[in-house]
Amino acid sequence: MRIIIAGDGKLGSSLARQLSAEGNDITIIDYKEGVLEDSEERYDVMVVSGNCVSKDVLMHAGVKESDLLIAVAEADEVNLLCCMTAHTLNPNLHTIARVRNPEYTQQVYEMRSQFALSMIVNPERQAAVEIANLLKYPGFLQRDTFAKGRVEIVELRVDADSKLCNVPLSSIQEVVKCKVLVCAVLRDGEAVAPGGGFVLQEGDHIFVTAMNDTLAVLLKNLGIVTHKVKNVMICGGGRISYYLVKLLEKNGLNLQIIEKDRERCEELAAILPDVDITHGDVSSQFLLDSQGIKDVDALITLTGLDELNMMVSLFGERCGVAQVITKLGRLDSTGILGDLSIGSVVNPGELCRNRIVRYVRAMNNQVGAAKSIHRIADGQMEALEFVVEASTPHCGVPLKDIKLKKGVLIASIAKGAQIDIAHGGSSYAVGDTLVVVTDKDKTIYHLNEIFE
Amino acid sequence: MMEGLFMLPALGISVFQKETMSVKGFAWSIGVILLLSLLCSLYGNKSERRFYAKEGMVCVGFSWILLSVLGCLPFYISREIPSFVDALFETVSGFTTTGASILSSVEDMSKGLLYWRSFSHWIGGMGVLVFVLAITSVGGSETGFTMHLLRAESAGPNVGKLTPKMKTTASILYWMYIALTALNVVFLLLGEMPVFEALCTAFGTAGTGGFGVANDSLAGYSPYIQNVTSIFMLLFGVNFSFYYLLMMKRFREFFKEEELRMYLGCVLIAVCLIVWNLRGVYDGFGETLRHALFQVSSIITTTGFATTDFAQWPEFSKAVLLCLMAIGACAGSTAGGFKCSRVLLLMKNARRSIRKVVRPQKVQAVRCNGHAVGEKVLDNISSYLVLYVLIIASSFFLISVDGYDLTTNISAVMACVNNVGPGFGLVGPTGNYGGYSILSKLVLIVDMLVGRLEIFPILILISRSTWRRK
Repeated sequence: MRIIIAGDGKLGSSLARQLSAEGNDITIIDYKEGVLEDSEERYDVMVVSGNCVSKDVLMHAGVKESDLLIAVAEADEVNLLCCMTAHTLNPNLHTIARVRNPEYTQQVYEMRSQFALSMIVNPERQAAVEIANLLKYPGFLQRDTFAKGRVEIVELRVDADSKLCNVPLSSIQEVVKCKVLVCAVLRDGEAVAPGGGFVLQEGDHIFVTAMNDTLAVLLKNLGIVTHKVKNVMICGGGRISYYLVKLLEKNGLNLQIIEKDRERCEELAAILPDVDITHGDVSSQFLLDSQGIKDVDALITLTGLDELNMMVSLFGERCGVAQVITKLGRLDSTGILGDLSIGSVVNPGELCRNRIVRYVRAMNNQVGAAKSIHRIADGQMEALEFVVEASTPHCGVPLKDIKLKKGVLIASIAKGAQIDIAHGGSSYAVGDTLVVVTDKDKTIYHLNEIFE
Repeated sequence: MMEGLFMLPALGISVFQKETMSVKGFAWSIGVILLLSLLCSLYGNKSERRFYAKEGMVCVGFSWILLSVLGCLPFYISREIPSFVDALFETVSGFTTTGASILSSVEDMSKGLLYWRSFSHWIGGMGVLVFVLAITSVGGSETGFTMHLLRAESAGPNVGKLTPKMKTTASILYWMYIALTALNVVFLLLGEMPVFEALCTAFGTAGTGGFGVANDSLAGYSPYIQNVTSIFMLLFGVNFSFYYLLMMKRFREFFKEEELRMYLGCVLIAVCLIVWNLRGVYDGFGETLRHALFQVSSIITTTGFATTDFAQWPEFSKAVLLCLMAIGACAGSTAGGFKCSRVLLLMKNARRSIRKVVRPQKVQAVRCNGHAVGEKVLDNISSYLVLYVLIIASSFFLISVDGYDLTTNISAVMACVNNVGPGFGLVGPTGNYGGYSILSKLVLIVDMLVGRLEIFPILILISRSTWRRK
């Protein structure tokens, strides 16, 4: 498929890498020669320099022969205009625009047909939704939801005093007293697909498939005390903070935003009347102490600087904050973070990229394509959601009798409202939703590809 | 490993012609190549290193040297060229599409080796690694390192892709190349040329190489064949991406290419000048025009075929040809030389500098085809010019030790660096390079490689900082 990416920024170049590696023909447009040169050298793509709204530049990039335009330039207005222009040049073109400004989100969605948009992505809003999800169950480092929210893969850290420490996976259900499946373990930065004899150790990060309604039971039986989050401190008053507050304000939480820029504080105070807005620099420990960091239930660091976010989160963990969530914008893989205890990591760009990649995969393969794609275990594994179709083999056969490719695992089977966490005896039928976990280097586009 | 595959047809021809010595040569060489590639695949894959600009350059430089050494084995093993340096010279001259020969009598060679000689032009013309890129999916091609390979192997200052995928770009280039070559063969066959000679001549033309199968190059063939060859030489001297524009039906852009205009302009002016200078040497205007056109296209595309001994032409004509050698054809073609686009940009840059002397405050961008050219490209071309002149000068000094006359030496160096082949004096169309000493031959071998790969890959390969561990 031929794809034009307008804007060679963080998101643009990471999309270029992922999509060209998946075999698409990528052309990148940007007006900065320097970044283009870099991308051309690193990925197998073609580059065109110029303004992505200009008709000439779009023609030069081959808009007439392209199937998809992804507008991820810096300004929302440019992205919208780019999609409109390109769509007039090629009416069959699919378009994805990134729109980040909260003032536009609603109206752009309503006007999506006028702007000729196939999809609108908003990394900040996606990140806010993710954070709000994490706040619901403190104790999980990461939550990925599948099958309309009924199945989840959650990340847990095995601490020295955890009930899971030194437990073999075959007897994990006896400990947690509910149906779960450990689909991946991250040990020393390396993701492994564990077998029944695998013994959990201190420091392991485990990825557990469970039903949504057993999550609370899971936490309770693991002895992880979950007092409900009440006081939330948000560092940085950017767009994610705004979206997050909008999502949380109905839940009756005490929200506090600390922002460095005086004017921004005043703006926020005007649009978010129920939130406690503090003007100050979060890099000062005195300020954090004085604002009562020791008493908050959740600390969320959302400033524009990754380094600062990490520092503040580390400090928060030291102060014993129950739940810490760190936003990182730049790091593609969190591999270098190792065992730094900065709580859950949220990467808006990566969330957004996964969403676009999912759209592209679905376009490439209209039938049987993954309904959702999540990267787990440090990006080393992928969890995908598929719907079983009439063409899918082995319907009704117990899983233990089906030969899957190496490194592929069926984690759960959802039959309507009834969820089955997969075990050797379970089977699937047409119309069921499957969650499949695979190694990252084995890209699965179609459900039928998982079988040997 | 690919080379072994390429040699198979040559082996076939040798078997067919019952030439036992050269069969032995090819068989042994293929054996050696298979063994080497086996060793490489055994030990090569274990080290996983990322490819960056440096690795790309070193890889290209190294592959070409390896290719030449392996490629000369058939000549050496079959004892048809008894000296190893001579065999190497002949092969390098083939792969770099120079067409300079150390053989005094080509017709004594066996058919298989002649085919191999001409075929090496054809492979070398478009670039060996580009071919490999076209047919294989190189591991890790998801990263763009292949770009460095293309850049290092293709001729010209500004290498871009035609399509987003490297593999498609490489295969488009090769298909155009194959199609044009096939067309050339058909036209030659129509001129009643024997099949074997038509193939070899077409290979020589396509790669703008210039190895012929007859001692007097193309002088012995009919005027029709000579004209066909001149036209095809000119065609192969055009940037291949221009043909892509034609294929995509972007005719306006095609005819607006400044480089193409300059290239054709040069040919036209040179032909006119030489026809004027040669009046009275041949019978009639027609024959003069034919020889002039043939020689001009042969030299500007750095092919090096000859229909007549142009070393005997008047001095003015020789001067014109010497200038053409230096200019060369379009970037992105199979030809050697300094490349039209570089000359064009250098001249434009010079004009800008002159204007700046008059009005120092003036800010002006150098434009080509309506687009501004980056300062980086201009800097690159200027330093290319300096290196180019330096290399020619130093090679000239080194081979002057042999004591031949000035014309011979300077034209020999020019002919090798620019991948032309024949020069003037002793190395003219009727002469050969056999008389030079081993040292001079080695110098010329390096010159040919430097000229084909456009200086940088070879310089980087021999520079100390490349190999030093940081």
